[in-house]
Amino acid sequence: MAQVSLRKVIKAYEGGVQAVKGIDLEIADHEFVVLVGPSGCGKSTTLRMIAGLEEISGGDIAIGGTVVNDIPPRDRDIAMVFQNYALYPHMSVYDNMAFGLTLRKFPKAEIDKRVTEAARILDITPLLERKPKALSGGQRQRVAMGRAIVRDPKVFLFDEPLSNLDAKLRVQMRTEIKKVHQTVKTTTIYVTHDQVEAMTLADRVVVMNHGVIEQVGPPQELYHHPATRFVAGFIGSPAMNFIPARIEEASGALNVVMNNGTTLAVPEERVARYRPYAGKQVLFGIRPEHLTDDKTMDKSNLAPLSLTPEVIEPMGMETLAHFRHEGTEITARLDPSTPAEVGKPLALIAHMNQMHIIDPTTDKVV
Amino acid sequence: MADGGAATLPRMDAPGGASLKRFARRRSTIAFLMTLPLIAVIGGLVVWPAGYAIHLATLNRRMTSFIGLGNFEILLESETFRMVIFQSVFFAITAVILKAAIGFWLAHMLHHIPANGQRKWRGMLLVPWVIPPALSTLGWWWMFEPTYSSINWILNIFAIPSVPWLGEPWWARISVIIVNVWYGAPFFMIMYLAALKSVPEQLYEAAAIDGATSWQRLRYVTLPMMRNIISITVLFSLIVTFANYDIVRVLTNGGPRDLTHVFASYAFQVGILAGNIPRGAAVSLFMFPILAIIAFFVLRGVNRRNKEEA
Repeated sequence: MAQVSLRKVIKAYEGGVQAVKGIDLEIADHEFVVLVGPSGCGKSTTLRMIAGLEEISGGDIAIGGTVVNDIPPRDRDIAMVFQNYALYPHMSVYDNMAFGLTLRKFPKAEIDKRVTEAARILDITPLLERKPKALSGGQRQRVAMGRAIVRDPKVFLFDEPLSNLDAKLRVQMRTEIKKVHQTVKTTTIYVTHDQVEAMTLADRVVVMNHGVIEQVGPPQELYHHPATRFVAGFIGSPAMNFIPARIEEASGALNVVMNNGTTLAVPEERVARYRPYAGKQVLFGIRPEHLTDDKTMDKSNLAPLSLTPEVIEPMGMETLAHFRHEGTEITARLDPSTPAEVGKPLALIAHMNQMHIIDPTTDKVV
Repeated sequence: MADGGAATLPRMDAPGGASLKRFARRRSTIAFLMTLPLIAVIGGLVVWPAGYAIHLATLNRRMTSFIGLGNFEILLESETFRMVIFQSVFFAITAVILKAAIGFWLAHMLHHIPANGQRKWRGMLLVPWVIPPALSTLGWWWMFEPTYSSINWILNIFAIPSVPWLGEPWWARISVIIVNVWYGAPFFMIMYLAALKSVPEQLYEAAAIDGATSWQRLRYVTLPMMRNIISITVLFSLIVTFANYDIVRVLTNGGPRDLTHVFASYAFQVGILAGNIPRGAAVSLFMFPILAIIAFFVLRGVNRRNKEEA
């Protein structure tokens, strides 16, 4: 069993700066958890504390039920894949992968079996005799993963493993990592700043910001039900639009009224939820994919509005239109066949089923 | 009109002149011309004296006739010279091993001091290497000298009897090594410190996670990562230590009974003081082939590792 528990974990540096401010997190056996957030949010520090590379200033970290606060990395039974691969340049690929097992005095035959098997899984068998210098970035990353796999540890830790690869290879390796996890099923904690990686890989995503956990949940939940403005803005690409607006009540129904007077009707089932905010200034959150032209199939709870595009970006499968509304950037996702033109008012519809209301005083999603 | 226009265009130079210009403009020609001063300096200060020394070593004492390897044969038959070979090899190898070990240890200690304090210590530890060795050796001589020996004075405080530092052959040999190590270890320290700083921190982290103890990290990460710099410093120091002159000259002047002579000091004694210049040249050239072969293999290894790993 290899659950990982973080209880009130704090990392404070000299001078009192807290990089991690007392986080709680329970990771189940076999789970793939991704820590995601902007740089400086404390995600890498958290991972390094789990690895034992960074001391814990407060709280407890337990792996497989044992508190490991004072246990050195080598006795935590973890394996880590680094952003810069951290392969030993003077050893062959085989020796790099076998190193951990050699130190643990595994019999030669067992080492050979494990390295061969890992090399087969990662498709690097022909590279075993080479030195890391003779490998490409993607191959090095595979070797780094191989080094982790052969150990058969309780937990895999990945620290931004794909950041140094080009975009195409990153997508390919992402799939590769997912496949490996489906094969070996080891509990995995993965750190990235890339929300696409987080969404595609994770069983559960942990969104961190300023040293605290903003929200934990499966990718779809984070996408559809963000808890805070930060999560709403961080998950999803292009990011969610936040439009300053007022909630106004009119004969029992609620409307979102934008500053220019555009009125969008709130769906009936949400009226009760938003009623306390009637008459108040809020942020109206809507994703670009829910602000489209009216070629949509789902005809319920649509609210029409008109905006004038400033920039049009045809992407092939879709077209992104960027607007400026009272100083706020708004993005809409259009069908590529929509005849959008810069400077010409465009009829759009907002899918109010997918709307979010953010209380600007607390930055929480209502 | 067209013909007239063509006639006023500048004409190409004659074929010979053009190729000379092209030759002068070639990058390799320019590079050669620019390095010519250096080539001249090296030729004048290294190649010529070395060639002249080899020529001298093949002459008789009066420098009137060619005797081939005769000087070397005579030297090898001389018991004193065999002693010099032993002493030189013992001195150079012991001193280099100690310098490397102490330098590495110091570098390791310094590497773990925070940056602020590190500069202070680095500066202090470099002092022995900065002082001219003839001068600092005089200081050491003063400390070893039996009448005033401060080292013996300290030993006596702890009820340890005085040591005849420069009077007994083995003690004299050890004294020479101590001074050479004191003088040379800071060079190793500074080179190893630079090398230690260039080992990526993540390799240590990866090794720690792979299960390496601090000793194993040193054995499997630090030392292999520093192999090139260790090879080069040891080679360099070996050459310089074999050629050491000033420490022996000032501290023991080869005594007692010529037992602390190394090649350079013995070459000086035979060649200059005793006036047998060809034989002195033969003494100083004695180690050259052996060192050249060692240098060849060490540098080949460094090159190979550079290609494979860096």
